[in-house]
Formats: sequence, structure tokens, C-alpha cells
Amino acid sequence: MSEHNQNNNGGHDEKSGFEHHDELEGHIVSPKIYLLIFSVLLVCTALTVAASYVEMGPFNPIVALAIAVLKATLVILFFMHVKYSPKLTKLAVGAGIFTFLVLIFMTLADYISRAWGRW
Amino acid sequence: MSDSSTLVQTDAHAGHAHPPYQRHHFETMEQQVDATGFAMWLFLLTEIMFFGGMFTAYLIYRNWYYPAFVAASHQLSIFWGTLNTGVLITSSFTMAMGVYFAQMRNKGKLVLCLVLTFILGLAFLGIKTIEYKEKFEKHHVPGAHYSLQSFLNPDSDEAAKAANDKPLPLDMARHTEIYFSLYFAMTGMHALHMIIGICILGFMIVKANRGAYTGGHVSFVEYFGLYWHFVDIIWIFLFPLLYLISRHQ
Repeated sequence: MSEHNQNNNGGHDEKSGFEHHDELEGHIVSPKIYLLIFSVLLVCTALTVAASYVEMGPFNPIVALAIAVLKATLVILFFMHVKYSPKLTKLAVGAGIFTFLVLIFMTLADYISRAWGRW
Repeated sequence: MSDSSTLVQTDAHAGHAHPPYQRHHFETMEQQVDATGFAMWLFLLTEIMFFGGMFTAYLIYRNWYYPAFVAASHQLSIFWGTLNTGVLITSSFTMAMGVYFAQMRNKGKLVLCLVLTFILGLAFLGIKTIEYKEKFEKHHVPGAHYSLQSFLNPDSDEAAKAANDKPLPLDMARHTEIYFSLYFAMTGMHALHMIIGICILGFMIVKANRGAYTGGHVSFVEYFGLYWHFVDIIWIFLFPLLYLISRHQ
């Protein structure tokens, strides 16, 4: 990908025919990267199961969710090609996840801050 | 990178030639790919919001009825859950390789990858069936026949006994039904997405066998891959939240 970055990142019209065609076929990710990500995902799965057997008090869910977020990030960046996607896709994914987090945190903040002790 | 540049040089239709799969309302193929990829992501984001509602409900109810959720989650089998996670991650890998072989215009290996993904998807549903069957047998399915026995009298239940569960008071034990409602809603919705994905995979296998997708136009395989990986991501979060995080309480 790096050799293409010297092209300007903004207007799609000005991309060379070379990159144009690359876009047409989609960015081709090498099987080695897929295999690497696949093994990391399996290792993370083993880790999260192992971690669930360790007594960590309130940190058990935190560790489990942190590993899940790491796995999901790897899937999104590499299996779903977001790392190699146009900026529009990156922006859409980022904005979507941001909105999702805002919704979750505002809902939880609401529930935590009302009816103290009555749940 | 070198792979794609060799492809570029060998491919003839450069310039303004109009490939049959380019829709008329798009100026260039690149514009079409950008627009359709963007649309696919918008669809997936609505899906994330849809599942997000259920995840939020789960988080809030887990805080409200914590002892009930802990006891109820002890009823799930870590073995089957871990195995299913492995199956699903492997199917995501074979799907990613399918996209690669479509890009490399390798029909045989594309079909092989799609068939493997298809089989692994069915394997996931098979394992899920084993788990659901156990829930039906123990009357842990919400509804008129729901039984509180595993939670009122944990010594009578193998899984509860193994987790050293204490008997729950009746009003808290009743809330285990909420856990299982959310369990069936979330894993059921996930399974429904798997079933839809497997149907589309079957359709794609037939089409790929006839040479579709390996003629330079990989969008359909690529976007189906996005959907399949999205379903994988939902499971990546369901697995720890439902199975793992309450093992010690």
C-alpha cells in the first residue's frame, strides 16, 4: 500500500490508472496476513477462556471485554479490509462505532444516576 | 502488492471500456466500488445498532439482577462455547481466503473456501442446537414451563453444583428467566443471521461454480464476506458476556 500513498489522498479522480485498477479488484491482502490474524484470534480466544478461570474480581469482565475488543478490531481492520479501504469507509466505520458508544454510555449513565439503591 | 500489479498489467480493459457489471449510473468502476462498499457498511452499522440495543439491555439487567445472572450463566457450557468460537473464527478465515481466491480468479479454490465456510457455519448451528436442546430438557427456556429448580436447589443440578452456587431467594431466582430471555434473543438473532448467511453461501457456491466472481468483479463475495465477519464479531462479544464473565461470583 505504501507505494500508493504518494498519490494525493483526496480526489479520487486524480488517481493514476494503476491505482484505479487496483481499486477495481479490491485491495488484495496476502494469505499470510489472513493466516497471522487467524492465529492471533485463536490465541486470544484461548487467552480469554483461560482468563475466565482466574479470579480477578471486577477485572474479569474488563479483561474479557478488552480481549473481545482487540479481536473485533483485528477482524474489522484485516478480514473486513478497513485498513485498506477508502477514507469514506474508514470515516463511516469510525463514526458508526463512535455513535454506538455514545448511545451505550448515555444509556448506562442514565440508569446508574437514577433510582439510587432501588435496583 | 506485487500480486496486484501483475494482475494490472495482464488485464486488458483499461481506460473507458465499460465492463458489463458496471451500472450505468456510475461514472467509473471505482466510483461504483466505493459507493457500494459504503452502502454495505451503512447496512452493517444499522445491524450493530440493532444488536447494540440487546447488549445494552443485557448490561443493565445484569447490574440489576446480578446474582440471578451469575447463577444462570453457570448453566452454559464453556466447552461448547469455546468450540463454537473456534468454529466461527475458522469460518471467518476461510471466508477471507475465499475473497482472496476470487481476487486471484481461482475458481476451484474459491468454491472450496465457500464450501468450507458453508460447512463450518452449519457446524456452528449444530453445536448451538446441542446447547439449546439441553436448555429445553432442563426447562430453562422462558415461558410457561420455565423451572427454577437449578437456582432454588443448586445441589440438584450438576452445573450449578460444579460452580458452587448457593440457593437463590425465590424473587431473585425468578429473574434468571430474564437472563435466558436475553440469551435466547441474542444467540437466536445471531443464529438467524447465520442461517441467512448460510443460505446466501449456498447460492454463491452454485454461482461461483459457474464461474461468477472470478472474472474480475469480486464485489458480491467481498460484501458477503463483510456480512459474515460482522456476524463473527457479534459472537466475539456474545461469548465472553454470556459464558465467561461470571465464572467466579
